[in-house]
Amino acid sequence: MASVPAELKYTKEHEWAKREGDRVRVGITEYAQEQLGDVVFVELPKVGAKVTAHKAFGVVESVKAVSDLFAPISGEVVETNGELPQKPETVNKDPYGKGWMIVVKPSSAAEWDQLLSAQQYEQFVSEAAH
Amino acid sequence: MNTPLKRTPLYDAHVKAGARMVPFGGWEMPVQYAGIVEEHRTVRAAAGLFDVSHMGEFEVDGPEALPALQSLTTNDVSALDIGQVQYAALCYPDGGIVDDLTVYRLGAERYMLTVNAGNIDKDWEWVTTHGAVARWRNVSAETALIAVQGPHAEALVGALADRGVTDIGYYRFVHGVVGGVHTLISRTGYTGEDGFELYVAAADGTRLWTALLDAGRAHGVAPIGLGARDTLRLEMRYALYGNDIDATTNPLEAGLGWIVKPAKGPFIGRDAIEKVRAAGVTRRLVGLEMAERAVARHGYPVVRDGAPIGIVTSGSYGPSVDRYIAMAYVAVEHAAIGTEVGVEIRGQAKPARVVKTPFHPSRTKK
Repeated sequence: MASVPAELKYTKEHEWAKREGDRVRVGITEYAQEQLGDVVFVELPKVGAKVTAHKAFGVVESVKAVSDLFAPISGEVVETNGELPQKPETVNKDPYGKGWMIVVKPSSAAEWDQLLSAQQYEQFVSEAAH
Repeated sequence: MNTPLKRTPLYDAHVKAGARMVPFGGWEMPVQYAGIVEEHRTVRAAAGLFDVSHMGEFEVDGPEALPALQSLTTNDVSALDIGQVQYAALCYPDGGIVDDLTVYRLGAERYMLTVNAGNIDKDWEWVTTHGAVARWRNVSAETALIAVQGPHAEALVGALADRGVTDIGYYRFVHGVVGGVHTLISRTGYTGEDGFELYVAAADGTRLWTALLDAGRAHGVAPIGLGARDTLRLEMRYALYGNDIDATTNPLEAGLGWIVKPAKGPFIGRDAIEKVRAAGVTRRLVGLEMAERAVARHGYPVVRDGAPIGIVTSGSYGPSVDRYIAMAYVAVEHAAIGTEVGVEIRGQAKPARVVKTPFHPSRTKK
């Protein structure tokens, strides 16, 4: 079973969200990177772009597949991981750390509570696998 | 479609090895074990084992075998020695491709065809209808096929074989015993590396697979999934049926003119192909290299100055060339090496260039 850190929140599209003060850091889960396989391309929005919860904010491509990245929460992008376009394999190596994608300044606090807990996400993944 | 997926004799071995199994051409096949890029590199640096038992094998024999094959395939089967293999295509009357295949001359009047997994039923119908004069046997289900590819392939197969394999030339085969199993040892492959394709009875597949893996593991040999098989063949610009060639493409535009031998006599599709040859092809399958990190995929438009000039047939990151590469049909006037084009990816034209192929140098035995 892929690791699912307890302190993070999750989406059913396999993104994680981490609260850092009034901002939220976003990436894809260990399970997601395992399913994708070798990531060879990451496309992220620019700083200042608006993202909407459940809507695509970027693209990740592995050797075999193209996948949209979905925003866990609505808001403004205040930071992006500039290393990923050059080193997309970082997503495979460290999905919860150096493989982060964007930092969002949320526009709605309520959306946070709708995200899955680690336990809910783990349950969701184990059901999806069967 | 609710047809259950077929499994090769090695299915259990793949699951045990932790492979990720996916549907492919009606089969449940391993797409990867350790990861596509790592497996790709294993093949180029050491050697890899591929279960390609899903591919089809037809035998044809008797005095009518050669005439039947001559009328079915584009290549000149009469040029084959016993023990020799030939790459060829089956074509429709309009020159479109039914399948690409290899033809093995097993004996004076005996041949074997190896065809793509997804085309077995269609090809069987085709050859037995249009080659009805000959005696055909579909041995696909009785046959397991294991490819051993990479610089260590010769040492690995040689160590397990009851005969030397060094002297087997490229596109030649012999019969021998490998790992205790009766094997047709063919010096062929789909990776651009030296190596073999080993045909055995289905019941012996797991035994041979295990023997190869056990003997090879210490030398870095590992099982390889279909994902890396695809990136390896892409770097060599080898066509994949269903991606780069199909019923709507002719062999000449696909760069397969070298397997079309009109001088041998009539065959299905000859007249149409010769008409194309006389008029000149209108598009050509070329290699593209992306100028930046961007994955061109099957079906993406190729553009120049905003106008469509072609279509991508295969594309990926090429681990050995460390570039983003693709194959595409482009109109002949834009097909010259060095031509700057664009590949439309999610509505944006990403810069690319027509380049010489193969993308990665071939290291097959000469």
